[in-house]
Parts: sequence; structure tokens; C-alpha cells
Amino acid sequence: MSTATTPPTARPRRGLPVVRQLKQAVGLQRGMLVAGLVLTGVFLLTAALADLLAPYGYNQLRDADGPFGAQQSPSGEHWLGTTVGGYDVLSRVIYGTRTALAVIVVAIVLSIFIGVLLGLLSGYFGGWLDRVLVVIADAVYAFPTLLLAIVMAIVISGGQSGLWSGIFAAAISITVIYIPQYFRVIRAETVRIKAEAYVESAKVIGASHWRIMTRHVLRNATRTLPLILTLNASEAILTLAGLGFLGFGIEPTSGAEWGFDLNRALSDVTSGIWWTSIFPGVAIVWVVLGLTLVGESLNDLADPRLRSRRAADAGETGEVTVVPGGPLGAGPGGLAGIEETR
Amino acid sequence: MSSSTQPAPAGPVVDIRDLSVTFATDAGRVVAVQDVSLQVGPGEVLAVVGESGSGKTVTARSILGLLPETATTRGAVLLTRKDGSRSSDVVTLKRAELGDVRGRDAAMVFQEPSTSLNPVYKVGWQIIEGLRAHGGYSRAEAREKAIDVLRRVGIPEPEKRIDHYPHQFSGGQKQRIVIAQALVLDPGVIIVDEPTTALDVTVQAEILDLLRRCRDEFGTAIVLITHNMGVVADLADRVAVMYQGALVEQADVRTLFANPREDYTKQLLGSVPRLGQGLARTQERAATRPPGWAESAPVVEARDLRIVYPGRLRQPDFTAVDGVSFAIRPGEVLGLVGESGSGKTTIGRAIAGLTKVTGGSLTVLGTEMNGVKEKRFRPVRERIGFVFQDPASSFNPLLTIAEAVAEPLVVHGRASDAHDARGRIDELLEAVQLPRSFGDRFPHELSGGQRQRASLARALALGPELLIADEPTSALDVSVQARVLELFDELQRELGFACLFISHDLAVVDLLADRIAVLYRGQLVEEGTGEQVLGAPQHPYTQRLLASLPVPDPDEQATRRAAWQSLA
Repeated sequence: MSTATTPPTARPRRGLPVVRQLKQAVGLQRGMLVAGLVLTGVFLLTAALADLLAPYGYNQLRDADGPFGAQQSPSGEHWLGTTVGGYDVLSRVIYGTRTALAVIVVAIVLSIFIGVLLGLLSGYFGGWLDRVLVVIADAVYAFPTLLLAIVMAIVISGGQSGLWSGIFAAAISITVIYIPQYFRVIRAETVRIKAEAYVESAKVIGASHWRIMTRHVLRNATRTLPLILTLNASEAILTLAGLGFLGFGIEPTSGAEWGFDLNRALSDVTSGIWWTSIFPGVAIVWVVLGLTLVGESLNDLADPRLRSRRAADAGETGEVTVVPGGPLGAGPGGLAGIEETR
Repeated sequence: MSSSTQPAPAGPVVDIRDLSVTFATDAGRVVAVQDVSLQVGPGEVLAVVGESGSGKTVTARSILGLLPETATTRGAVLLTRKDGSRSSDVVTLKRAELGDVRGRDAAMVFQEPSTSLNPVYKVGWQIIEGLRAHGGYSRAEAREKAIDVLRRVGIPEPEKRIDHYPHQFSGGQKQRIVIAQALVLDPGVIIVDEPTTALDVTVQAEILDLLRRCRDEFGTAIVLITHNMGVVADLADRVAVMYQGALVEQADVRTLFANPREDYTKQLLGSVPRLGQGLARTQERAATRPPGWAESAPVVEARDLRIVYPGRLRQPDFTAVDGVSFAIRPGEVLGLVGESGSGKTTIGRAIAGLTKVTGGSLTVLGTEMNGVKEKRFRPVRERIGFVFQDPASSFNPLLTIAEAVAEPLVVHGRASDAHDARGRIDELLEAVQLPRSFGDRFPHELSGGQRQRASLARALALGPELLIADEPTSALDVSVQARVLELFDELQRELGFACLFISHDLAVVDLLADRIAVLYRGQLVEEGTGEQVLGAPQHPYTQRLLASLPVPDPDEQATRRAAWQSLA
């Protein structure tokens, strides 16, 4: 009767979240997901290998041959030209991925734990706690992200941000906006799951509230998290870029940041200098598009009604049984009948 | 056979030839229907029976071209207009042409009347919508016609009721309106998908009566999809049995019930519970009771139990259970029967501590439930098992069966985790006749019947003295239900737990229960042994309940129907 003798039965194919969906997807949805994954993958790789990829440092103004010079058009030495401040555009774009990634990670880590925990407690226990939290969440919704970010930037660093204070200003403002989102989603799921029979059955067994919450509710409530996660990430980048554009960003000497570069490129546009604005802009679009594509296609794939499938060829035999109740042949008379049904 | 008085066109109204339907799913292609050929003559009632997943609904829906986009259809479905003027193959029709056929040549009545009517429109508008879609009626004419059809399906005061909204009607009336909606264009055939499954037995009898009149008065052919053999015996002229997407047998209703040809049909008929089956078992059990058993302290005792749900803002409170008294002694099975809304589930939940008791007294295993604190009741939970109605939703989809069954053991400290409890779990799975290896599977990998057995294993894990089973078989097919009930009976005799068995099905309760209690609108109207309650019902409600229960025998059902009509 030892467990070692139990034959290893096939565990269900569950796999990693994204890999599983990639296998499921077909047609346009697959294209969207793959495109999103490729864009995101390139972004992550660039951030990881920035030191190897970038020809110069993000705050480098000169090399052995002297200063780069300002607003140089793309050339063999500076593939994407130089900025008005005399920085190499390519290096700034490449190092910008690190700043972007840091904002994403900090924003998500800060908001997800608090949001999920509050949502779980609020949805599970209900009552006055729930009502108060929902009102607060609704109030926070009314706050414009960027305004909050500016306030944060001023509070944290008096408006003149270095690398980490700029990152935290963007991340914290995102956190404030996103805690209510995680809260809302998890709370709604919790309220739904609370009424499910398996939660009642755990209650009847005599399980404690904490056990029911963690083991039965939370694990089933995280379905939609990947979607908000990606949207959250792209929103974080947009806020960071917005802050930089408005001049509350990160000083070029302390970090590379696309929004700041765009701000400095404003006057270039009218004088026909396109390279200083196009490339940071493309980088922002690239990352946001990649993350949003992943999020949207994960969302579509999670819903069986939105998921497209390969067309059925008539005449081919089914691979699974169509009888959910089990065929009549399986009986209480013996185990043989049941074993054979699968 | 058919008592149709309508002048019939020569051919059948529906002629299905070699129909095959394939679905594209995540798990690959699934053949739902394979090479089915069926014919429905004018004014004929054809019943399509089979387990869930047998392809009966898909076959019927293909008559209207109502299959989802993922389906691929082969074969032909010829639909002939009632006057024989037009015949078309639904499979090849374009979307616009389908709209012309639907409603006029064939119409559909869905299972759940409360969801198939749009709650924001008046019922009259919804009936007239069909008329408008096919054109040719002025506003007054259409209204006239809608009132007429409402009157014919038995809605009182149709001139007034036509302007009411769906929520102002009862479930049975809503189903009548849905039928009226189907009949208003006078189609040659209506497809009725489980028309009475969502309704109470007493209402079911009325709807069946109405469908019979549809056939007789409108001359409409009916394709009846059902899993209830009693309904088939009551209404059908001809029966087609489907199994795993194929047509197993097709015969005249009397022939089928008297001499089923195929093994599958025999099994299907054999697994239908019939009244009076449980009598022998009950007597046998009663004989083996030790002396003095009747005086032993009851496991559950309710005295004048009241459960009131507080009303919403400015609405009166709802009394779900109103002064009910009963007792369950050790090792006894009490069957609780009643319609939806009679309070039977509320009583079961109150005993398990899921619903608050608001008045009277309810003693469960020596603990008074009126005003009990969760902390005080938690140790008692160890001695109570609960089997839920729907096995699909009562398992956490992310836990394996072994983990789910181990939950009670872990929660009450009998084992440290699922791995530790594995030996006991294997024993339990064996006791409910599931292979040990099923412990490693996830709930969705089990069929409904297997899941309900696992649910039973979980309820019995702690060796409870009391088991509450809330409609444990109502979500299962008849054939599966029979086996689960048998297992239940076996385990009860073996382990000797007391049990509250809640069901709406008299025949099922009769099979298992020592005593039967009948609930009606929150009140206990009758209580006694199966012999007393079913043999000689005293309360008029019990009598009505018994009479409206269709039995799976066409001839006997005909006499019962006559008795029911005289009672009503």
C-alpha cells in the first residue's frame, strides 16, 4: 500500500502559462501571440545584454577621437546618429530598455502583492471591510496617473530625478493606480468562487478561513492575472516616458530614458533632424505593443468562446470520448469497465 | 398510432439522411453524430433519448441549422413545409435562407424557460417578433394572432397578460409562452429540448399535457429530446435511442418499452428507478434493527424549525422553512422530497451549518444549531459528511482527486498532507469502486458518475455518523444514477451511517429511504415509511405529486394520466 507502487499516471498537460497557450493558439491569434512574444523577447534580451550590444555608454560624450558632436546624422560610427546633447542615440535606446524593465518589475512587485491580498480578504469576508475598500478603490480610479506620478517625483526627489528615484516615482504612481485593479479583479473572482460548491465543501469539512482562502480560492482566482500584468507593464512604461517627456524624468547622466530623449528632441523635429525622436519613440511603441499583444492574446485564448480552433475535417474519428457521463459499459460491478474507458 | 386529424402531406416533415456532425475542440476532432438517419412524419411525436453526450441534442439542432461555428456537418436534413409546398436541405442553406426556414418550417423550444425569454421585452412583443420576421401581418393582426396562440397554450386572460414581462409569469407559464412562440407561425415540426427538466414534477405533467394538445390541435410534429423515460412513455409515438453519436434503435413506443431489441436499450430501461422498488430493502433493514432502537437518541432532531432569509430593502423576509419537526435516528435514511423552493436544500444546509437557523430548535449530534458559533461547531463537522448536487463544481479544479479526498483528513489533523494519507485514500477510492490510480487525476478527467463517487469518498473519509446528500444524482444520467444509488445503498448498509437524502425524485428517494418526508412550501406535509407515503398518501399535495410522476410504461402511464386529470 505504499505510494511508491502507484503507477505513474499521465499528469494533465498544463505546462507553463505562456507555452501552453502558444500550443493552443491557431491562425491570427497565434500570429498575435508570437509577434508579441518576439517583441517582448527582443526587449528582454536587449536589457540583459545592453553592455555587450551598446557601442558606447549611455552618458558617454566623447571617445578616444574626441567629442561625438551634437546632432550628428547616422553614420558608420554612430549608426543612429547623436542627440542634441551629444550622446549616441543607439546606446541611449539600448540602455533605455534597462530603465524600462526596472520600472516594470518595481511597479508589478509593489502592486501585485498588496492588490491580491486586499482583494482576497475583501471578497472573502465581505461586510464593512469590503465596502470601505471598494469605495477607496473607486476613488483612486478617478486619479489621473500622470498627475500622481508628477507629485510622486516631486515628493521623492524634488523633481530632479536620478536613476532610481525616477524609476520609483513612475513605479509608485503606477502602483497606486494598479492596486485597485488587482484588487477589483481578485475580489470579483473571489466573490464568484466563494459561491462555488467546492468552497462550501471545504467549509463543511471544517477547514479554516485561511486554508480555504489560500488553497481553494486564491489558486483559482489568478486566471486573469497574466492579462493585467502585461497591461500594467505597458502602462508603467508609458508613465515613465510621460514623466521624462514632461521634464520630471531621469537626468541623462544618471540613466538612459526614452521619454527624456523625446523631450530633448522636440526642437529637432522642425529642423529636419529625425533620428533623435524616431528611435526612442519606436522603442516605446515596440515594448508597449509587444506587451499588449501578449496580454490581449492571452486574454482571448483564456476564453473558449473567443478562441479560434482548427477547422474539423469531416469524417475523421474523434480522439476523445464525447460521453461526459462515461459510457454505460463502465459499471460498479468491477474496475475493469472503468479502467478501459480512458 | 398518431391521433393527428390534420390532412397530412405525403412525405415526412423531417427527413434526416446519413447525418454526421464533427466538432473542432481543443482536444482534437470529436465526432458527435455519425450516420444518423431519421424521419418524422406529420403530426408524429418522435422522442430521441440517450445519455448526455449521445448526440441527441446535436441531431435535433441540426434540423434548424443551429450548430456552432466549430461544427462540420455532412449528410442531408430535408425539411418540408407543413402544406408540402416547399422542401429544403438545411445543411446546404445559406444564412438568409435559414432565417426563412426557422420558425416557419421548424421551431425550437429550449430547456430553460427562464433564460430563453428576454427579460426586458413584453412576452407579446417576443411572440410577435417571430411573426414580423416572416412578414405579412399588420400590427393589429399580429397582436390578434399572439393573443390567440397564448389562449391556446392555456395562459389565462391572454388579452391582459400579453403586455406582461417574463418575470411576471411562473416557470410553467413561461414554458407555455415559449411553446406559444414556437407555435405562432404554425410550423410543421417543433423541436423540444428537455422541455420539463427545469420544471417541477407537477408542472411537468401540465406541460406534457400541453404538448400533447399541440400535436392534436395544431397537427404539429414534435421532436422530443429527453433523458426521462417517463416523459417518453407519456408523450411519444416513436422512440429513437442514441448512444455515442449513433442511432442504436428505433421503434414504436409500445414495442420499445415492451420488447427492447438492443442490449443498450435494455440497460437504459433497466436503470430507470421505479416506485415500489425500495420496499423490500426497507423492510429487510427494519427487521435487523436492534430492540430499543426506536428509543435511542436521534442524530438529528428538528423541533419547530424555522429558517428565514432576511428580505432585501423594503421587501418582506422569506420564510424558507416554516415549523418543521423531524428526527433521524442512528443508521436511518430519511428521504426529503419536495419541489424547488420547498425548503429541502435549506434544511440540509442548516444541518451542515451552512445556513443559520432563525427559530425553533435543531440538534445535530448533540449540538444545538440555533445560534451556534462556528468555533463550537467545527469539531462536530468531523462527524458529518456532505455530498453536493453537482459533482462537477464540488471539486477544486486545481487539486487532484487524492488531494481533494485527503482534505478532511488533513484539516482534522489525521494526516499531515495528501501524501501521508495516501493509504487511507486508496482504501476509500476502492470502497467507492474507483481504481486507485484515479487519485492522481484531476476532477475534469473524470466522468460525472466517477466524480460523484469520489465526492462520496471524500464525504466518508472521516467515517461520519451522519451523511447529508443534497440531490446527489440529479446531475447524472439515468444509467449512471442507477449505479451511484446502488453504491450508496451498499455503503450505507456496510458503514451504517445515518443519512438525510434530499431529492425531488420520489422514485429515487423510495429506493433508498427508510422514511420519507414530503415538504411543501416550507412545511412538512407528510412523513412516514415508503409504504405509507407512496402507498396511501394522505395529503392532497402528496397525492398530486405521485399522480404527476410519469412512469416508464406507456400503457400504465395512460391510465395514470387519466387519474391525474381527474385529480386536477
